[in-house]
Amino acid sequence: MRKKTALAVAAVALLYVVLFVMRQTGVIGIYWGQIMDLALITTISAVGLSLIYGFAGQFSLGHAGFYGIGAYVAAFVTRSLGGTEFNFLLALAAGAAAAGLIALLIGMPILRLRSDYLGIATLGFGIIVKVLLENADKLSPVLGGAQGMSGIPRLTTFSWVFWLAVLTILLARNLITSSHGRACVSVREDEVAADIMGVDTTRFKTLAFVLGCAMAGLAGGLYAHLYSFLHPNNFDFLKSFDVLLVVVLGGLGSLTGTVVTAIGWVFLLEVLRSVLGQQFLDWRGVVYAVILIVLMIARPQGLMGGKEFSLDRLLGRRAEKGGAQHGAAGMP
Amino acid sequence: MDQFLAQVLNGLQLGFVYALIAVGYTMIYGILKLINFAHGDVFMVGAFLAYFGFTAWHLPWPVAILVAMAVCSLLGVGIERLAYRPLRVKGAPKIAALITAIGVSFFIEYFSSLDFVFGPDYRLVPRVLPDQRWQLGGIVVTNVQVLVLATVLVLVALLQYIVYRTKVGKAMRAVAQDADAARLMGIDVDRVIAFTFALGSALAAAAGALFAMAYPQVHPFMGIMPGLKAFTAAVLGGIGSIPGALLGSLIMGQVEVLTAAYVTTDFRDAIAFSILILVLLFRPSGLLGKTEPEKV
Repeated sequence: MRKKTALAVAAVALLYVVLFVMRQTGVIGIYWGQIMDLALITTISAVGLSLIYGFAGQFSLGHAGFYGIGAYVAAFVTRSLGGTEFNFLLALAAGAAAAGLIALLIGMPILRLRSDYLGIATLGFGIIVKVLLENADKLSPVLGGAQGMSGIPRLTTFSWVFWLAVLTILLARNLITSSHGRACVSVREDEVAADIMGVDTTRFKTLAFVLGCAMAGLAGGLYAHLYSFLHPNNFDFLKSFDVLLVVVLGGLGSLTGTVVTAIGWVFLLEVLRSVLGQQFLDWRGVVYAVILIVLMIARPQGLMGGKEFSLDRLLGRRAEKGGAQHGAAGMP
Repeated sequence: MDQFLAQVLNGLQLGFVYALIAVGYTMIYGILKLINFAHGDVFMVGAFLAYFGFTAWHLPWPVAILVAMAVCSLLGVGIERLAYRPLRVKGAPKIAALITAIGVSFFIEYFSSLDFVFGPDYRLVPRVLPDQRWQLGGIVVTNVQVLVLATVLVLVALLQYIVYRTKVGKAMRAVAQDADAARLMGIDVDRVIAFTFALGSALAAAAGALFAMAYPQVHPFMGIMPGLKAFTAAVLGGIGSIPGALLGSLIMGQVEVLTAAYVTTDFRDAIAFSILILVLLFRPSGLLGKTEPEKV
């Protein structure tokens, strides 16, 4: 067990060093570096929704609202206190905390709703957040309102994004494998049965919702300091769909599926942009939609279909395959 | 007071247009338990077809509306056949169908934005009816308003007749109640579903055409917000219920117009959706929705 943990830590550290060196030496240019950062930020947000919907089964269509709250709160902190590393940390914490706190306040009443009704209520909440952001300049001119908020210090670096993503995934993984996580899954599978077995369903629904939304808030804070400009349109309900489809395409109840799909989806969209070229740029939305429909019809249960990708299984399979190949090679 | 009545009339007009979209949402949801996000885009296609009927094809306006309805009902059936039925055959989870619906919605929007389809621009819809207004008490009623109200009332009455007085309507209600039992009774469930899509899409197209006449502008993304609000109205009234969809739409229309007129235009959408959340908290299955007992 301990050997495996050490192996995993070493693999992550190695990945970090390799990517970091590639970024520093310019093997990965500024453009693709920014896409990589965005992919990791999307991962953090998607892991949050994976906890809420994939594991606790609470259908939320308002994830972008919490992402936006985190982004604006974090940006406001660094704009008012100045852009030092310490203030950045403070800003990210404030963004995540604000998103989590609002999730707690809104979640306590609305998590009583079931499935599609919950989806529509959270969708409505997302739209309310966007309207409030559009009028935020009345609260403080710094927030910019419908003009967008500019002049946010660019503090998001690869190291911040990478390690916060690792931390988020680790946190989610540990939650899922704990007894709390099992309680959340039991709520997803059958709320009535879970209730009868003595699971405090309200508590675990709220736990997953608050934690997932706080992750969205954290991702929002990183996003704000990556592009240094925020606009309410970046957080409308279509953005909630983006995260939702990552979670569903990855396979509900599969953390690794969410992570792989989040990164893959962001890169796919960018590759599409460069492959299609300038004159076919209009086709991007069409191709995106067709890929989405075809993927969903071909694999309705998602990429991983609720299973986890594990090193063990991979190594196990490799060993078998390797053995078979050896056998085949030894035949003649 | 007259000012207020005029605003109520405006709200009624908007609410009636929402109602035509909302009944389609609610029928499809009632039968498939699927939020058909592409429904708002069928509305958009209907508006564009009516626009082309008025302008490029030089059709008389009632014919243009009928053409839009006919083409959109084919579109609705096509969407069902190509995107939703394959998933249903596989017995895929509900969420897969929802994501597919979102995909279909994006597809229609972006495909319509291509230059050789509708093009990405806003287009102004020319006036097809002569400008005519009547004084009624203190308020002014335009012929477009009368047309919208009358058309919607006729179409909803027709829908009510189809659903409650015809054989296919009976089949629709049977499938909504229990699709498996309906199949065992010899009902061709797939055909009933296709018929529901055709009916709902034709109504959405009519809504689009009326919308284009009343608020004379069309563009490929115009269906998103009215679609979302109509769906919200259907949820507000109790999804699956046609009278509920009407009630919810009328409330949505009034809230939207009255807050814009008397409170603030900036927070119009926020207030509409706050009301939705509040109603759901006190009546979790909408105003006229049936509260289903929890089954174990």
